[in-house]
Amino acid sequence: MAKYLQPVTVEEAVSFLVADNDSEPHNRLSILAGATDFYPAKTTRQAWGQPMPDKILDISCIKELQGIVASKDHLRIGALATWSDLMSFSLSPAFDGLKKASRQVGGVQIQNRGTLVGNICNASPAADGMPPLLALDAEVEIASANGRRVLPLKSFVLGNRRTALEPGEIVTALNVPMPEDREKSVFLKLGARSYLVISIVSVAANIAVDATNRITVAKIAVGACSAVPQRLGLLEQRLLGLSMPEAARQIEPAMLASLKPIDDVRASADYRMDAALTLIKRALAELGNQSRQAA
Amino acid sequence: MNHHVHLGLIDVSMTVNGVRHEISASPATRLSTVLRDTLGLTGTKVGCDAGDCGACTVSLDGKQVCACLVSVAQVQGNQIQTVEALAKDPIGVALQAAFARNGAAQCGICTPGMLMAAHDLLKRVRVPDRAAVMDALGGVLCRCTGYLKIIDAVLEAAHGQIISSVNAAAKQSIGASVEKLDGASRIDGSAHFGADFAPADSLWLRVVRSPYAKARFETDDLVAFAEQHPGVLRIFSAKDVPGENSFGVYPDIKDQPVLADGHVRYRGEAVLAIVGEKAALESLSLEALPLRWHVEEPLTGVIAALAKDAPSLHAFRPDNILTQGMVETGDVDHALQNSEFLAEGVFETGFVEHAYIEPEAGYARRIGDRIEIFACTQAPYMDRDEVARVLGLSVDAVRVIPSACGGGFGGKLDVSVQPLLAIAAWLLDRPVRTVWSRIESMASSTKRHPSHITAKAGCDRSGKLTGFTMSGDFNTGAYASWGPTVANRVPVHATGPYKVPHVRNICRAVYTNETPAGAFRGFGVPQAAIAQEALFDTLAEKAGLDRLEFRLLNAIRAGQTTSSGHLLEASAGLPECLEKLRPEWQKMLREAEAFNATATTTRRGVGVGCMWYGIGNTSMSNPSTMRVTLDAKGTITFWNGAVDIGQGSTTVLAQIAADALGAPIHLLNSVVGDTDRTADAGKTSASRQTFVSGKAAEIAGAALRAEILRLTNAGANAVIVFGGSTIVIKDGPQTTNLDLTRLTPGKDGAVLEGIGSFDPPTKALDAKGQGVPYATYGFAAQLCSLDVDMELGTIKLNKIVAAHDVGKAINPMLVEGQIHGGIAQGLGLALMEEVLPGRTENLHDYLIPTFGDMPEIEIIIVEDHEPLGPSGAKGIGEPALAPTAPAILGAIRHATGIMPTKIPVLPHRLWERMQEHKHS
Repeated sequence: MAKYLQPVTVEEAVSFLVADNDSEPHNRLSILAGATDFYPAKTTRQAWGQPMPDKILDISCIKELQGIVASKDHLRIGALATWSDLMSFSLSPAFDGLKKASRQVGGVQIQNRGTLVGNICNASPAADGMPPLLALDAEVEIASANGRRVLPLKSFVLGNRRTALEPGEIVTALNVPMPEDREKSVFLKLGARSYLVISIVSVAANIAVDATNRITVAKIAVGACSAVPQRLGLLEQRLLGLSMPEAARQIEPAMLASLKPIDDVRASADYRMDAALTLIKRALAELGNQSRQAA
Repeated sequence: MNHHVHLGLIDVSMTVNGVRHEISASPATRLSTVLRDTLGLTGTKVGCDAGDCGACTVSLDGKQVCACLVSVAQVQGNQIQTVEALAKDPIGVALQAAFARNGAAQCGICTPGMLMAAHDLLKRVRVPDRAAVMDALGGVLCRCTGYLKIIDAVLEAAHGQIISSVNAAAKQSIGASVEKLDGASRIDGSAHFGADFAPADSLWLRVVRSPYAKARFETDDLVAFAEQHPGVLRIFSAKDVPGENSFGVYPDIKDQPVLADGHVRYRGEAVLAIVGEKAALESLSLEALPLRWHVEEPLTGVIAALAKDAPSLHAFRPDNILTQGMVETGDVDHALQNSEFLAEGVFETGFVEHAYIEPEAGYARRIGDRIEIFACTQAPYMDRDEVARVLGLSVDAVRVIPSACGGGFGGKLDVSVQPLLAIAAWLLDRPVRTVWSRIESMASSTKRHPSHITAKAGCDRSGKLTGFTMSGDFNTGAYASWGPTVANRVPVHATGPYKVPHVRNICRAVYTNETPAGAFRGFGVPQAAIAQEALFDTLAEKAGLDRLEFRLLNAIRAGQTTSSGHLLEASAGLPECLEKLRPEWQKMLREAEAFNATATTTRRGVGVGCMWYGIGNTSMSNPSTMRVTLDAKGTITFWNGAVDIGQGSTTVLAQIAADALGAPIHLLNSVVGDTDRTADAGKTSASRQTFVSGKAAEIAGAALRAEILRLTNAGANAVIVFGGSTIVIKDGPQTTNLDLTRLTPGKDGAVLEGIGSFDPPTKALDAKGQGVPYATYGFAAQLCSLDVDMELGTIKLNKIVAAHDVGKAINPMLVEGQIHGGIAQGLGLALMEEVLPGRTENLHDYLIPTFGDMPEIEIIIVEDHEPLGPSGAKGIGEPALAPTAPAILGAIRHATGIMPTKIPVLPHRLWERMQEHKHS
């Protein structure tokens, strides 16, 4: 039986989810905010006459989930905050990468409706929100009947289209710890055309340097090169203490060993691996230029 | 406020275009559906239902959104603006006027979305720059215009520069950039495309398609299934087809069933047609259908299909070779053996999707013993004949009324919805409509043929071409469609627009279990040009000649004979195109050299590509008949059977007819493409409407003028003043009045008429492809400058300069529009477009160029008069596309030293080649 639920509080949303205990996952409630993933998926299923999701939990009326709030310690990105909301929010340069990613998600139509939280929950390997949010050490706030819990983003997305969300849970926000003032960021996206393109590879980097131009913070994440976009811990460790020009020279393919790209319609695995390396070098070069200009 | 639980319909209050509406709908209904179906605001178009194309862009509380991605439950109390509101808004009016003036709307299916996105921008940023326009409109896809005129239009509207509208006077219409006569209905959303209109009591039809590329199937009790499912009225299968259950463009190759008869040959093939209520059909889970599948191993690719033990797709072609075309002249083997320089290569291209933004749609209704079909099409008369066969009726019993056509490019030459709708409406005696989804359209419709071409060319020490030979296997998919046309057209064109004394070109169309390949802008010629132009770059290099000079040295000229033995008597303008391009070519080469001297990870390359294209059918009759009439009130009616698919034939043909008649174009009322009312103008394909129908329009206009002059004993130079029931003829000092009310009205109320017919003179090709395949050819050369990212293999186009010999540009703005759009499709072919059946059935996995992918384009129009054409005009539709990919690929090679052989040159493909190159 088709169902369309429009709760106005998180508690109501959670109570709907708790009551929704069909043993078949595809018969459970689909959570809908900007609907930019929901309707395309429905279109595909409908075209081939497959059963379509008809139980919908529309969270767009929950006021608590709207908007972006900056506090001293955190930036809180509500589950209903759109890419456009993020772009128009005044933020430090540490968020430039996230803003740039926002500008490259779909067209303005998608940016006006699609949400950052939805992008994370959709758990696509090519989700453009993931690398910059990983580089910002974002955390995922989850509500359930038992209250709220917080997971680091890297522990939230578990695989292709798979998250740590349990039955009865809903993501309420992304929390980003406020980066230090010196932190700068960049996002580079590689696609086969200029607008409306799914990433072949994407790279986000957040870097801070001290007064002597030595790297004190290095956070680098790569998308579309593994089932879940990931931070490159090995590489980050290596960069600490180096100057920016040194950093660009220190990057070696072995530091990307944790990436496991695949062949698909968009590109080959070998290409993705090499392109990731190139984009990381360029990301560092761009940040290096920024620091030089700032100095 | 409390939460809402909706199990059935909800009541929504929203304000649309300033009017408050209270509607009741299922809560997950898309806003686009509510606007179109409930409120009748069909100006909002649906191209994909997935947020990929932006055609449904509307304003929601002041922000542009895709109406297909918003549920009606989410617009409670909101403000919505659609294209229908723009005429009441100063920014909207400015945009609409600028779109019309700039030719920014071609077919018009994306135009409402473009306008709404532009409106959203100009409300926020009154005077945006070019980049801001591209960012704001970047979410809307256009397949016709190449985007540049849209950017110009938005900037013009923003900056308030108004160029005065063209008001062509008598005898001045030809050569003027007249605004499109049907343009107003494209920019205000009022044009009815296939999905925009049907009788109110129409039933809906849904096609069940095979998810398998090859399978046998049986059906059980379809009647029982229909009875068990409320809202389902009937399920039609192969056995319900009243006449012949087959169609195909060739009279002797009707190999495609309307509904598969127990055997499917490609994924997407129509199996059943379910008729009923829309909502019931949409939510129907087809897994429950009483269909039993027996899946078999498909033949994928021509190599598999040509293998000795390959099963036959069709009994009448046991070896899976549909057709072989050939051109042979001289002794090419001998010539190549004795050539100073040789070049050879193997080239591959993939399936390419037309990606018209309007998926197939229409309706049919039975009127007594006749059937009437309203649908998007490029070929209403062929549709009529196909439907008559399928219903077992005479052609007189079928009326085809073309809807506004939201792009075609060859993909709407075959029937799609027409026979299915006709069967259902005929048997049920109820109007029946259908609108195919993007996925259904992409899975089922024809594609550009994938090609596998082996070619060899030679020249002498001075660079003069000595011989050329190619053999091409073109994957025609499961059904013939236009495969024979491709197989015959390619060998004729495969040498390119050059004088080559010794030639042997062979082209086969091969059946496979893949999506049928048919007509797509160029009928195989663009694929062949990729191979041939690449080899000529090699020869130029070996002979030590500049690539442009090599082409000029070998360019075919009037007075020379083609490899098909056709003596070109006139209008062969390639030399002039190349000469006019030479300064820009040399400048581009210098710039590239300077750039590369300092560049690190980027290299700049420039390339040149040439093409020729025979206008009209290959050695086959393809007549057109046009009619111009005057009624007793003095109304001039232009009865024009040529379907305008956006390219502008409605305007161009009216310009020609008006000038021939000697009347201002705005006095002509056009009746376009209705098989009951207009004469057969042939199909809108093969770049033939300006040349063939244009000549017929010229003859028709001149005939009516001659009749008026005869009745008034006026001389040939007399001026006729139209505009009322009395027309005034001024012949020198003498003025005569002709009272039209005193003449006897004939059919359609016409008191006077002029009829013109033209069939371009051709001669059949013999076994060696010798004859006169076409009456005339278009010629072109394009230059491309681009930058290759040597680390990533990505390519950024800087500029394309296009020189096209069109004989005469009847409407320069529309010629430019064709060139822009052709270049966009050519760059898609070269760099990004490749259909993988089953994996790219939407517009986010199948990539077509967007706003940001277009280079600057400079156009040089060359007018080498064609004596047979109207005012000397030839065609431009396909010539616009053919040279683009060769120019781009030549530039890639210039930048990287790598000759691309697998097209499209996706970034990873070029990167892989560069890796090999580095290591060799």
